[in-house]
Amino acid sequence: MDLENQRRVKELAEKTGAQNLIVVLGGAEAEASGLAAETVTAGDPAYAGSLAGVQLGLRVYHIFELKEYVDAQVYDDQVGLMEMVLDIDAIIAEVSNMRSMYSKY
Amino acid sequence: MFDGKKIIILGDRDGVPGPAIEECMKSADAQVVFSTTECFV
Repeated sequence: MDLENQRRVKELAEKTGAQNLIVVLGGAEAEASGLAAETVTAGDPAYAGSLAGVQLGLRVYHIFELKEYVDAQVYDDQVGLMEMVLDIDAIIAEVSNMRSMYSKY
Repeated sequence: MFDGKKIIILGDRDGVPGPAIEECMKSADAQVVFSTTECFV
């Protein structure tokens, strides 16, 4: 995950409270989405950014997991195409696995 | 689901970009506090 974004996430967690934050990912494939989910829950696995060794335990979802909460027309317009071309089962499995292992909220 | 929560969006240039997720979150009455689009490659 981008180093500047790690800094922003850490700052927001400190300011807002980790229990009040939800991270929503838009990753195109399972591995990258899983790494981003791991970074905001268990800490940066690459030990490169502000979240290295920082276990925020944030709630994290991929947008594909939140379909039921989004207006159907908006979801179709904004996400529908990518839902058809990406491996959503693999992406959801990876992100939900990270969430169940490391999310504290 | 989103009551009282603040949303951080980490979009993907090759997947679902930040602004597209933002539109989805707005339709769900969620409060977005940070949105970006990364290039994960």
